[in-house]
Amino acid sequence: MAPILDIQNLYKNYGATEILKDINISIEPGDFLVLVGPSGCGKSTLLNCIAGLEEITGGTLSIGGNDMTHVSPKDRDIAMVFQSYALYPTMTVAKNITFGMKVRGVDQATQDAKLKEVAQLLQIEPLLNRRPSQLSGGQRQRVAMGRALVRDPKLFLFDEPLSNLDAKLRVEMRTEIKKLHQTLDASIVYVTHDQIEAMTLATKIVVLKGGVVQQIGTPAEIYNNPANLFVADFMGSPAMNLIPAQARKNGSGTQIAIARDGGELVLDDARDLSLPQDVILGLRPEDIAEAGFRAGDGVQEAECLVDMVEPAGADTYVVSELGGKQVTARLHAETRAQAGKKLNLAFDMSKVSYFAKETGERLN
Amino acid sequence: MTDLSMPQSQTEPRSQSAAGKIALRWLLYVLLGLFALYYLMPLFVMLTTSLKSLEEIRTGSLISLPREVSFDAWKTAWSGACTGIQCEGLRPYFWNSVLIAVPAVAISTLLGALNGYVVAQWRFKGANIIFSLMLFGCFIPFQVVLLPMARLLGMMGIAGTIPGLIFVHVIYGLGFTTLFFRNYYVTIPSELTKAARVDGAGFLRIFWSIFLPLSLPIIVVTVIWQFTQIWNDFLFGVSFSQAGTQPVTVALNNIVNSTTGVKEYNVDMAAAIIAGLPTLLVYVVAGKYFIRGLTAGSVKG
Repeated sequence: MAPILDIQNLYKNYGATEILKDINISIEPGDFLVLVGPSGCGKSTLLNCIAGLEEITGGTLSIGGNDMTHVSPKDRDIAMVFQSYALYPTMTVAKNITFGMKVRGVDQATQDAKLKEVAQLLQIEPLLNRRPSQLSGGQRQRVAMGRALVRDPKLFLFDEPLSNLDAKLRVEMRTEIKKLHQTLDASIVYVTHDQIEAMTLATKIVVLKGGVVQQIGTPAEIYNNPANLFVADFMGSPAMNLIPAQARKNGSGTQIAIARDGGELVLDDARDLSLPQDVILGLRPEDIAEAGFRAGDGVQEAECLVDMVEPAGADTYVVSELGGKQVTARLHAETRAQAGKKLNLAFDMSKVSYFAKETGERLN
Repeated sequence: MTDLSMPQSQTEPRSQSAAGKIALRWLLYVLLGLFALYYLMPLFVMLTTSLKSLEEIRTGSLISLPREVSFDAWKTAWSGACTGIQCEGLRPYFWNSVLIAVPAVAISTLLGALNGYVVAQWRFKGANIIFSLMLFGCFIPFQVVLLPMARLLGMMGIAGTIPGLIFVHVIYGLGFTTLFFRNYYVTIPSELTKAARVDGAGFLRIFWSIFLPLSLPIIVVTVIWQFTQIWNDFLFGVSFSQAGTQPVTVALNNIVNSTTGVKEYNVDMAAAIIAGLPTLLVYVVAGKYFIRGLTAGSVKG
């Protein structure tokens, strides 16, 4: 099938400053694409470019197979949900939702039918005669989504739609957006700075930094095989441990030495990798367990000094200093680890990512 | 006032502090009352004088109440007082002022709203420069533009006419009205415009359906400001009018300054009050809409 959204070599400049550099993204119908990155990385600008609210400086952009590079927003067959909801303050909820149809000259009967359908779907029927100022944050969010849904567009655009909600509501609405995506089989582009939102919602993630795409992939790909140090550090909470280390060839495998107080820690990676001598070793906290609680081919055990113990309910995080970095391990809740004592930890070396020290690019 | 009503500390005897509080409050009221009387004095003198007969004005005291209330002076001021050789009172000039002020206020407010909307929400290249230039227009003294404006009006063929005066007031008011609306519209999040654009609304549709309904408070402010300015204007009125198109302020001046023989203070006073009434009325009627946060809740709760 033709891609629903196809962006090729997109550039966006404001005067002399390059905001977006050579963006290439393509998604299939039914995809949930999340643009994620720290603030100022250009993700909202990219969304505005897709919406046609910003002119692009170079490249092409097509939606549903039609070239939309210079088409105005109203003719792109898109709908957008904004961070501030952007509800029309003087109109009732019903008028907010039908405004677009009214502008496009849709007949009254269709308007009413669509309004009813969407109101039912989002459970906002009792609110239809209220004004935005009389609604709570979550209700406004629903109305904003209703305004988008009623259009039945080729592509939905969400610009950080949950960041104005409190933590509990945010999780609820997240689930609802996911459900909505599944029931409607809609194609969605979603901007967020929250990597958990990205992981839970996306079928495809684009990580942006400084206007440059760092990695495109499924949530699992991004999480397990980050393309560089930035992605490794940005995705996942607590963040991936990134430890400076020395790599040596050891028969068919690789030997990794990590400096620390009281003699270096030596670990073996059975994989045959051609690595430079200085590397950054990336290991997720959940890939370091208490000895005896993790088995497998790549698991290596070693004694480490525990600096800190942080119980978090379901898990207990243990911090130890390795290679000059605070390394977090995610242990089971009942661990008897104590700060200041030594503890045997199991490192799952088969999960390790290696990055070049100078460029930060992934090596394996 | 607030510190007077603050709870007194426990150590002080209650009765004494309560008595002191009441005394202080009365002192304050008396003082404020005196100031109010002082400020109202001119109005009082104007009103009473306008209701007296000339005879009484000559013999009585300035601040005494009229012995015999008579509205003759008002009648004369409205329809009989002489400005130079004509003796039609203020009435025709009053209507001139209405014919000048109402369209000028309406046009300058509407254009100001459009300008403010463009400058605040459709940032085009040079928007800031254009806005700064318009702001600069607010600070140009009236006198500076008199000659160029006279020439321009002549070239346009509307010199000395009511449309000419409307034109002058619209031009001169644009700076202010644009400033008012621009400052109001920049507080409206640009996402509202974006949402409407995605919904398919165009430039004028967004203005008409979304921005204008939000603008009641600033429209009221602008209308009060513009009406007061235009109604009270004397310089443009005297410079760019001719016999028959003069506004009420110019006529008032002529009535007061061109009488011969006995000075009819009662007529002068009545005429002055008549000339000042409309601005007062606009303020009383529209004032209650002055502060109304209609945008509340559009963005965040």
